Amino acid sequence: MTPFIDPWWLPVIFAGLMGLAILLYVILDGYDLGVGMLTRLERGENRDLMVASIGPFWDANETWLVLGIGLLLVAFPVAHGLILTQLYLPVALMLVALILRGVSFEFRAKAPPEHKQRWDHAFFAGSLLTALCQGYMLGAYVLGFDQSLAAVLFCLLAALGLVAGYVFVGACWLIYKVEGDLQKRAVRWAEVSLWATALAMAIISIATPLLSQRIFDRWFRLPEIIALLPIPIASATLFVGLAIFLRRPLRAKDELSWVPLAVAGILFALGFVGIAYSFYPYLIADRLDIWQAAASPEALSIILIGALFVLPVILGYSVLAHWIFRGKATHLSYE
Amino acid sequence: MDALDPLILARIQFAANISFHILFPTITIALGWALLGFKLAYNRTKDGAWMDAYRLWVKVFALSFAMGVVSGITMSFQFGTNWPGFMEKVGNIAGPLLAYEVLTAFFLEAVFLGIMLFGFSRVPNWVHTLATFLVAAGTTLSAFWIIVLNSWMQTPVGYEIRDGVVHAADWWAIIFNPSMPYRLTHMLIASALTVAFLIAGMSAWRWLKDGGGEGVRRTLKASVYAAALLIPVQIFVGDLHGLNTLEHQPQKVAAMEANWETRSHVPLVLFAIPDEAARTNHLEVAVPSGASLILKHEAAGVVPGLNDYEGNHPPVAPLFWGFRIMVGIGIAMLALSWFAAWTIRRRGVDAMPRWLAYALVAMTFSGWVATLAGWYVTEIGRQPWLVTGVLKTADAVGPVGSAMVASSLTLYLAVYAVLLTAYIAVLYRLARLGKAAPAGKPMFPVPSIAPGPAAAQEEPA
Repeated sequence: MTPFIDPWWLPVIFAGLMGLAILLYVILDGYDLGVGMLTRLERGENRDLMVASIGPFWDANETWLVLGIGLLLVAFPVAHGLILTQLYLPVALMLVALILRGVSFEFRAKAPPEHKQRWDHAFFAGSLLTALCQGYMLGAYVLGFDQSLAAVLFCLLAALGLVAGYVFVGACWLIYKVEGDLQKRAVRWAEVSLWATALAMAIISIATPLLSQRIFDRWFRLPEIIALLPIPIASATLFVGLAIFLRRPLRAKDELSWVPLAVAGILFALGFVGIAYSFYPYLIADRLDIWQAAASPEALSIILIGALFVLPVILGYSVLAHWIFRGKATHLSYE
Repeated sequence: MDALDPLILARIQFAANISFHILFPTITIALGWALLGFKLAYNRTKDGAWMDAYRLWVKVFALSFAMGVVSGITMSFQFGTNWPGFMEKVGNIAGPLLAYEVLTAFFLEAVFLGIMLFGFSRVPNWVHTLATFLVAAGTTLSAFWIIVLNSWMQTPVGYEIRDGVVHAADWWAIIFNPSMPYRLTHMLIASALTVAFLIAGMSAWRWLKDGGGEGVRRTLKASVYAAALLIPVQIFVGDLHGLNTLEHQPQKVAAMEANWETRSHVPLVLFAIPDEAARTNHLEVAVPSGASLILKHEAAGVVPGLNDYEGNHPPVAPLFWGFRIMVGIGIAMLALSWFAAWTIRRRGVDAMPRWLAYALVAMTFSGWVATLAGWYVTEIGRQPWLVTGVLKTADAVGPVGSAMVASSLTLYLAVYAVLLTAYIAVLYRLARLGKAAPAGKPMFPVPSIAPGPAAAQEEPA
């Protein structure tokens, strides 16, 4: 069929959709991976409750990864092959970790009690390894798959940074979803991981322009720099504001317990916009832009029709699922 | 060929991943509909035994679904990590099909699964029933798009090649390509049979242990009847699928029958050791003119043989054996399900001879074996092509070295072995739980009635 809009726009639209899917993935699966890592700090009932708080959501959260990587696969087939062959090992490790995480979630509740501990370990290890691999891949991607020692160190740093970020958003999720002592401890975890996340974001924001001349030029020239300044300023303000918010005791009626989660989401979005701005219009730094990597306009228009019809529905029922299971987490049952 | 050839390793890795993956959709596709059936039966009769059945099998569904999701994610990455040539060449067709699979189906399942699993007491009953329906429809829709793509790779039509890249010319032709309706029907019934024998086998196992209560008797009976009804349909559909393959991929059928020469009066080979080097069979046991009769419906029918496709046909032994394993299991399913249905109809579940229950237990996972054998026949049967006549498998493989692929392959195999063991162990544990539940009492504790520590430990998931 013939494209119904200017073919120039199609790759731009798909880059936007892919970015949206990846951002939603990072926030949504971020909180459940973070909760997975935090389960290590609790035992028994509390651990069960933490796992229960993500129970109805993790399947759907993970499918945003499938959508993000799926859009890369179908809309930018050349880039998909190039990126994933470069990231072969971290991708393989991440997949094994995602498998472990996902199934131990089911097995820990269904296996004999004496094996539960083992699946709990697998759940923690799977969540941690997934976060580490994704952070490493982010680092490698930002640097255009440079293999030098400095680059590898940067990737390791990015890996730790993403772990901190996921723990942070996970702790914010718990503040929203649990109550009592566990909630108080979640506030502590959020306070600590907040600063680790801020530090990681700061280091990556400073290192990236220093490592790439093109990104440096994109950010530090007039008049762009004036338009861009709100991003770092807003991020810093939100970090400090949230830190102050977390120091105060939560109100008795708990009506503001959603605030940290919302702020964490906005912070992730700001970081994401920063990276996206640094890269656009390249899919692989300085090598392949979105028009070179795109599938044919005919194929893209066919996918776009489906995407425009289905994406609002998906968003709608994601909201619906979060609304049905709103409020404080309780021990889940199949009833 | 060198054992450490990256192409062979990448193929083994893909085969391992997709074989592991297909086990779980094969269960969830039909189990979703079975659950809807249990739910509707409960809505109609308000009989707790149906809800017992629902509660047990929804856990199996949740577990199988999780295994399917995580192993499915692996597949979407493997295209890029190991087979970049595939999307570069046919991405304009495979892309939209995969996109529609993810968009329409995957999300439908994953989002409504939460409501289906945990929402029973949070949403009105009709919403819960609707969620069960949408999850079942989602799994089936998923299967539809994947089968469309697979069938197009087998029998590609509706495309044109510009500058070495495949472009879609006619989407209707692509979606309804010649082998799609047959493969889809064959796979959906295969899923139904797999689930029927799984439920029958696990219920029979439970019945042998301690009777299991009304829920177990219900599911045993329902699944045996379903199997008895479906297996003749499957044999008929399988025959049609075979004739379709003969028309569009004759070299595949020739390899399945180990028929080395084009001729009339081709015998139906029951047993043989195909010898690829000498291009002949050893120790052949055959029914004269059998293959001609089955494939051409006349004894003098001329059936194409492998000599017409020398150097361009799939390996013979895996197809020959894979096909015989699948058909052998099909015949065993037919005999067992009909005899069991007849016995249960006449004498009731509790008067069933114990050996019959043991036979059902032995066949619990027979659907898996038959489904895998069938897929091996159809997928190996496409070789040396990845997309018949368009793209050779060897031309799609990525630049990743042997050592890297070998290490990831080892990792996957180790994880899969552990998970499969744990999965089967947990199935039996779930079936055993709530042992000797008195008739009419729920097999699993209901937290709102009895929020004891046992419930708290058992239920979170």
